[in-house]
Amino acid sequence: MGFLPYAVSAWLFIVGMYGIVTSRNMVHLIICLAVMQSSTYILILSCGYRSGAIAPVFADWPIGTPAVDPVVHALALTDIVVGATVTALLLVLTIQLHRRTGTIDPYKLMPLRRRDE
Amino acid sequence: MSSMSTLPSLPAGILLALAALVMALGPFLPRRVVDSLAVSGAAATSLICIFLLKFSFDQRITYWFGGWQPQNGICIGISFMVDPFSAGAAALVCLLGSAAFLFAWHYFDSVGTLFHTLMLVFLAGMVGFCLSADLFTLFVFFELMGVTAYGLTGYKIEESSLAGSMNFAVTNSIAAFMILFGIGLLYGRTGALNMAQISRSLQAGPVDGLVITALVLVIAGLLVKGSVVPFHFWLADAHAVAPTPVCILFSGIMVGLGIYGAARVYWSVFAAALGPDQSELRIFFLWAGIVTSVIGGLMCFLQRHLKRLLAFSSISHMGVLLTGVSLFDPLATAGTSIYLLFHGFIKGALFINAGTLLHVFSGVDEFELRGRGKKTPMTGVLFGIGGLLLAGIPPFGLGLGKSFIELAAERLGYSWLSIFLFFPSALSGGAVLRATGRIFLGLGNIEGEEKTGATESEKQETTGKHGHALWFMVAPAVALTVMAIVGGFYPALEQSAGRGADLFQDWAGYQKAVLHSRSDFPSLQENITIEKGPFQWKRIIPPLGAVGLAFFSLFAGSMPKRVFKRILRVTDLTCKKLQQLHSGHVGDYVAWLAVGVSIFGIFLFLNFLRR
Repeated sequence: MGFLPYAVSAWLFIVGMYGIVTSRNMVHLIICLAVMQSSTYILILSCGYRSGAIAPVFADWPIGTPAVDPVVHALALTDIVVGATVTALLLVLTIQLHRRTGTIDPYKLMPLRRRDE
Repeated sequence: MSSMSTLPSLPAGILLALAALVMALGPFLPRRVVDSLAVSGAAATSLICIFLLKFSFDQRITYWFGGWQPQNGICIGISFMVDPFSAGAAALVCLLGSAAFLFAWHYFDSVGTLFHTLMLVFLAGMVGFCLSADLFTLFVFFELMGVTAYGLTGYKIEESSLAGSMNFAVTNSIAAFMILFGIGLLYGRTGALNMAQISRSLQAGPVDGLVITALVLVIAGLLVKGSVVPFHFWLADAHAVAPTPVCILFSGIMVGLGIYGAARVYWSVFAAALGPDQSELRIFFLWAGIVTSVIGGLMCFLQRHLKRLLAFSSISHMGVLLTGVSLFDPLATAGTSIYLLFHGFIKGALFINAGTLLHVFSGVDEFELRGRGKKTPMTGVLFGIGGLLLAGIPPFGLGLGKSFIELAAERLGYSWLSIFLFFPSALSGGAVLRATGRIFLGLGNIEGEEKTGATESEKQETTGKHGHALWFMVAPAVALTVMAIVGGFYPALEQSAGRGADLFQDWAGYQKAVLHSRSDFPSLQENITIEKGPFQWKRIIPPLGAVGLAFFSLFAGSMPKRVFKRILRVTDLTCKKLQQLHSGHVGDYVAWLAVGVSIFGIFLFLNFLRR
């Protein structure tokens, strides 16, 4: 596989960040955040990959057969759980914001109003 | 010592179990029972952490979950490691948590016990973050404390709270992803997630582009949490809109944990491989800290919304903490730990006072409240004392920590640091003193630059009759202020901080303690003893500066109008530009984050590839 997974990972991270910076829609912004997160999944899973190896389940195979690294799979699952929590929370915030202000444009949402506006 | 060996798991475990209990039984129990459970849980956990702290001065305590001890120096389990600074930080978390629960006795009567559940999980996340000895566990607790913090920030479900929570969540999630990216790179290189094992593996190999990239990503991610410029924008938005008990924890310890985490990761993971001579890194972080403290202080002085004012003051003090850890010197690290401790007490007390004002007057805007504070003189006294303490008035705690940092800087040849460290103390202390004068003494009818500060009218967060509720609010503030005043005189404070700093920076002993369960004394050549030298009269300058600034703002009306207008014309442009930069728009914040990380990365690459 070589260099490709790491390049894809870096690309997803950067393009997700670009999406967040230029977003005009909160839901789009949250999905861009999820894209950034998937870049970390790809990085972690690529670190554990071994070519020609089996999945780390030894039901049909003798112990000692080369298998991919199971630790990275555990890490990726943990990250997916964390990502799901954050995405759900952010989407709830977006719904409540829309209920209160009628807009989901980040340019129009203000934490506090400045006096000269 | 078998009972001692399971003790490190108790703080986080008790808090999480209590959170589950409160969530399950909360709807069926009276509110006062739930409140008492939460307060006593947090107080009990703080006692456990203090006990761990006392024991950890002799040797580090390592706890392996599930009994999975390392085999031949290879870690196969997850560990917590207790040393003085980690136990101390965890104890501060639980202490401030108890104060927050006490303050929240009359909060949100209508919403029920979801608040307590979130807060208990938040405390558990922070305690786990302090004690963790494994990089991925650090990340998981970082996310845990992050997610609960986002939820708690938006708890009031108004437009400003939700927008502030959104900015907080997006910025800190990106920081978490950066940390995870760095962890992935380190895992790919070393095959390990335990900090001591990564440190040992990196030591054996060269410091190349991959190690530098991992360092940049992980440390920058943690410094986003620590609100270092240009990653600081989320903090003001979040603190200004979060409910007061939550703000106590945010400013008191949560932002400090970012700096603590960055220092911990540096010493436990990267210091072994990078080697002892790190003058470029030192200069870079020193300037980052100085810029943070000056910008934070300036913005603090330009605010009129009390919580936002205190939030920017936290940013400036985090800058001071960063300069302390950036010196890579045990004396400076000891001073930083003292500074963090007392800043937690003082800031917690100040936020409680702001919350009291919100409760009694339904507002935290300096100009709206002008003169009305005469009805609550106790809060005024506490506010004024807090302002003076924040300015580092000797001989009390905050000034003590700062003097250690400045002394260490002098010994390393950076004696100009004291000039820059004047600004955070004077500006933030001065802002608080100005607010005290305006609200409680009715002075300051001329509006200065702060009239353009962001603000909004608040709704009362609490219910209950004023008299009864006030005791629960003022008592924790008094307790925290008293601890801030008296704590500086605790006789063993300086030696304990010095010992803690030695253990914190001793990465070789850390590796041995975690991987081989050997508890040697630090393998540094000498135990750095804290020799302070004579009392330096220059320590009185920042508090005098703070008082002077406050006087200038409050009595500007008695100055000839022409002079005042001329001064304003000079300051107007910079202040307006600064305020505009803090736009509230999350895309701007993320852009600044990218710029900051890039500058950091480019600087490190240029310096390390030159070697």
